[in-house]
Amino acid sequence: MNSSVWLPAIALVLVVGSAGLMLIFAFLRRKSTPAFREIPAFLKLRRAIGRAVEDGSRLHVSLGHGSLATPQGAAGLAGLSAMRRMADLTSTSDLNPIATSGDGSLAILSQDVLKASYQEATGGGHFDTTNSRLTGLTPFSYASGTIPVMRDEHVTTNILLGSFGVEAGLLTDAAEREKSFILAASDYLPAQAVLYASAQEPLIGEELYAVSEYINHSAMHAASLIVQDIFRWVLIAGMLLGAILKLAGLL
Amino acid sequence: MKNLLATLIAILAGLIVLVGFFLKIPILVEIRSLILDWAVIVAAMAVIIGVFNLISVNNNRFSSGMKGSFYSLVLMISLVVTFGLGLFLKTSHPIMNFIFFSIQVPVEKSLMALLAVTLLLASVRLLRKQPNLFSVIFLVVTLLILLGTAPLPFGEFPFFSGMLRPFIAQVLAAAGARGILLGIALATITTGLRVLFGTDRPYGGK
Repeated sequence: MNSSVWLPAIALVLVVGSAGLMLIFAFLRRKSTPAFREIPAFLKLRRAIGRAVEDGSRLHVSLGHGSLATPQGAAGLAGLSAMRRMADLTSTSDLNPIATSGDGSLAILSQDVLKASYQEATGGGHFDTTNSRLTGLTPFSYASGTIPVMRDEHVTTNILLGSFGVEAGLLTDAAEREKSFILAASDYLPAQAVLYASAQEPLIGEELYAVSEYINHSAMHAASLIVQDIFRWVLIAGMLLGAILKLAGLL
Repeated sequence: MKNLLATLIAILAGLIVLVGFFLKIPILVEIRSLILDWAVIVAAMAVIIGVFNLISVNNNRFSSGMKGSFYSLVLMISLVVTFGLGLFLKTSHPIMNFIFFSIQVPVEKSLMALLAVTLLLASVRLLRKQPNLFSVIFLVVTLLILLGTAPLPFGEFPFFSGMLRPFIAQVLAAAGARGILLGIALATITTGLRVLFGTDRPYGGK
C-alpha cells in the first residue's frame, strides 16, 4: 500500500484515539486525585517557588525561541501553560514573575498570560508590560539578552521551558553563578544533553510537557498522561513485533 | 464574554487546521491555508511588536541608570541604525552584509566558543553535583566520542573513530534518541489536544 495514504491514516487514528481516550479518562477520573510518578525536580520546583514568594524575590520563566508556527511551538505552549500556573502561585510575591522569549508571538502570549494572572490577583491592577520581554531573535542573542535578566532583576528561581538549542548552556551557567535555582527542559535533543550536564534540575524528553500537570492537577491533565502511557506501550509492542517479524524474515 | 469569544475562536481555528490536514475537502483546505497565512502575518507583526518591547525595556534600563545601562544605549543605537540602513539600502547591500558577517556572526561564534568552555567546566562539575552511575556513563561516552571525532595531533585511533564511535552514535544513541523523540511526539499530541479542548489556555483568561 502507498505510504502517503496509510501514514496520514495512522496519524488520524493517533489523534482521534488520543482525543477520545483523553475525554473518557477525564470523565472517569473527574472526582479522584491523580497519582503521578514522583519526579524530584518538581518537588524542588515547588519548594523554590515557595521560597521565592517568602523572600520576595522574583521568578523568571524563559520560553525559548520555538516559533508557534513550527512543530517546536508545542514546547512553547507547554511552557506558557506551566507559566500561567506558576504566575498564579507567585501572585502574592512582592515582585511579579518575569518572562523572556526569543520569538515575537511567544513574547506577546507570555505578556497576555502574565497580565491575566496579575489582574486576577489584584482585581484589575496596572500590569507592567516590560515584565514580559523579547530578548533576542537568534539563539545566541536570545541567550545573551536573557543573562542580564537572570543577573540584575532579583531572580532566585529560573525555569527554562520551551525550545532551546545548545545556547541553554550559557543560561544554566549564568544561574549557577548567581546561585539561583534552575529547572530546565527543551524539546531539542542536543540541548537536553547540554542541560543534563549543566542544569541543576534537567527534565528529559516528555517531562517538559508534564510540568503544568505536576504543578496543578486536573482530570484532563491526568488523562493526557495516561493516554501518553497507553500509546507508548502500544508503540513499544509494535516495534518489538516488527523486530521479531523482521528477524523471522516475515517482513 | 471577551475571554469566552477568544477561546472559542482559538479552538475553532485549531480544529479547522487539524481537520483540514487530514481531510482534503477543498473548502476546508482553502480555509486552512487562509488561517495559516493569517498566522504567518500575525507572527511577522509579533516580531515588530517584540522589537518595540526590546527598545522599551532597554530605554527603561538606560533612563533609570541600572547596572549595564551603557549596553542598553549601545543596543538601542545599533538597533535603530541597522533597522534604518536595512530599510534604505535593502538587506543584500554590501554594508548590510558587512554588519551581518563582520559583527553579528563573529559575536555569535565567540559565544559558541564560550559555550564550549562552559560545557567543559559543567562536565567536570557533573560528578560532584550528581555522583551516580548515569553521570559516569555520560562522561565516559563523551570522552569516547571525542576520541573518535576530534582531530588529534598524533593521528586518529582507528578503534575509536572506525568502530566505537559509529556503534555508539548510530546504534546506542540513535535508539535512545528515537525513544525520547517518540515520547516527545506523543506529549506534543496531547498538549495540542488540551489546547483544543480549552483545558490549557496559553493566552489570557481563566
